[in-house]
Amino acid sequence: MIFATVPFPSFTLESLPQLPKLLVEWLLMLVGAPDWLVSIGGTAAMAGTVVGVFLSAFALLSLVERKTLARIQNRLGPNRAGWFGILQPVADGIKMLTKEDIVPTKAEWLLHLAAPILIVVPSILALGVMPLGREWVPVNMELGLLFFFSVGALTELSVFMAGWASGSKFPMLGAMRAISQMVSYELPLIISALGVIMVTGSLRLSDIVVHQGDFYFGFIPKWNLFTPWGFAAGLIFYIASIAEANRCPFDLPEGESEIVAGHMTEYSGFKYALFFMGEYLGLFAIAGLGVTLFLGGWQAPLPFLGWVPTWIWFFAKLAVIIMSYLWIRGTFPRVRIDQLMRFAWLCLIPMALLTIPAAALWVFTGKGIVSWVVTVPLLLIPWVILTILFNKRLAPATRTYTFADS
Amino acid sequence: MSAEKTIDRLPAVPKPGRWIMPGLGLIQGLVISGKNAIQSYYKKDRMTTIQYPEQRAVISPNFRNFPFLCYDDDAATGLRCTACSICENECPPQCIYIVLDRDENGKSLKRPKVFDIDISVCMNCGICAEVCPFDSIYMDGEYEMSTDDRFGGLMLGLDRLAKSAEYHMKLRPEEASAVMAKRKAEEEKKAAAAAAKAAKAKADLEAKAKAAAEAKAAEEAQAATEEKGESA
Repeated sequence: MIFATVPFPSFTLESLPQLPKLLVEWLLMLVGAPDWLVSIGGTAAMAGTVVGVFLSAFALLSLVERKTLARIQNRLGPNRAGWFGILQPVADGIKMLTKEDIVPTKAEWLLHLAAPILIVVPSILALGVMPLGREWVPVNMELGLLFFFSVGALTELSVFMAGWASGSKFPMLGAMRAISQMVSYELPLIISALGVIMVTGSLRLSDIVVHQGDFYFGFIPKWNLFTPWGFAAGLIFYIASIAEANRCPFDLPEGESEIVAGHMTEYSGFKYALFFMGEYLGLFAIAGLGVTLFLGGWQAPLPFLGWVPTWIWFFAKLAVIIMSYLWIRGTFPRVRIDQLMRFAWLCLIPMALLTIPAAALWVFTGKGIVSWVVTVPLLLIPWVILTILFNKRLAPATRTYTFADS
Repeated sequence: MSAEKTIDRLPAVPKPGRWIMPGLGLIQGLVISGKNAIQSYYKKDRMTTIQYPEQRAVISPNFRNFPFLCYDDDAATGLRCTACSICENECPPQCIYIVLDRDENGKSLKRPKVFDIDISVCMNCGICAEVCPFDSIYMDGEYEMSTDDRFGGLMLGLDRLAKSAEYHMKLRPEEASAVMAKRKAEEEKKAAAAAAKAAKAKADLEAKAKAAAEAKAAEEAQAATEEKGESA
């Protein structure tokens, strides 16, 4: 073993999340490890940082969600474990770990075991291509967006795996609902992202963020959300992302009033916790993609705030989006399956398709006043027509309640 | 079914076909829930949660669960209960067990030696309190009755059942003061009756003595006349 004096690489607040990677690489170089080992070690440390950050964010979110929902319902929420209930996730984790793991007799045990593991993997993979800061891009993939969507689609596979392998009716029904919902909402999700690709001209997520870097008039950020097509696409993306993450009001796959807990019915203990984890990591991934595509990723919202480390902006925007999810969960009741499908196919997908010509016109007319004049009517008029149609003909007939109304 | 019957609906339902902004109702809902969440931090009357072990709710005087025995001055001697067994007989689930206390001659001491209530059987009906003629048994407001002893801990004896009249006054002031007034009146009446009885007895005694004295005098007089007769 040769001890060489390797100087520790300098880092700033901006590249603070790189610290574990730098540390591992420096230690490996210090003990004279070969280059390939240094490279692997650095990458593993990088991946470990991302996983660690998002798992702690998951633990925090599970508490914040309960506290927020409690406040919306004028309750206090968990406040017994630790200061303001800060140790509640730890208590939950211990509870989940010590619970009995039940595998039903009719279950196919291998698939039953594999499903909760496989549901966590795609979410972590998807988070890997996210530009979390200017210098904090775990994997700067050229086809990052494509990778994100193709990996994200794996979630459906593991959901169906769980439903099928449980050997029970409720998981099966729940999985079928989940598949129909996720496939339906993946279309508007991907179509609304196409406009961003057209305007940016790249599938690399860090390019998309860099493209949104400038300011109009020196103070309005040039985020995609502040364009006509971007606003429409962002709204569609937002709604579809709620459905894609199986969140209320689109949480039909686990509608406990009808099908117990959907595909998670036959799971207990740590496997259930893994489903929970996969769901929340998927939520982070999809909200993070929304931030990247429409809210300028790690860009500062105002020009004079550029000195703040960029990864703080990314996580601040992510927190805002997640809090809005919680707010929506605390407000709306669950939709019916036919309402869900009608909304996706008759409202979201046509509007999402319209954002593609709108984005094309936006680029073609030079992103100026003319572009606004052209694209706003292009989106607004079909929207008004669609809503009138939706109100009149597509909405289900008014129900008459024989006993309640008499 | 009938057209004249109408139901008042809370929000005005928009006429079908009129264009309203889609999502308006959703935004209204979000405003309501957001207001709930924010006001819960500074409006104390919104939060109805009572954090139980530290804070306690004020219980209503009408709250009642298990029976207790009322005593006046001293737990050992002042029990109002006379072990008459009316409550024992009336109790629907038969959860009361009473043994009368007797002295060495077998004479009743008019107080219970054993008074047990099995609160695992008691159904909190309050019939015992209803039928008691001696204002002794009342329903309690105690609610922390949990125990780790399934049999002994749920069998309340005299030591746990006997509670002072002041406790009753604190628990249910209205009822307790009415009872106190009634008992006081009864006591006065009893005292008056006793006084009257004593006076009557005294009068009787005096009358008897007088009669006896008169009889004696008459006898003496008669004896004197007889003596006179003999001598004459």
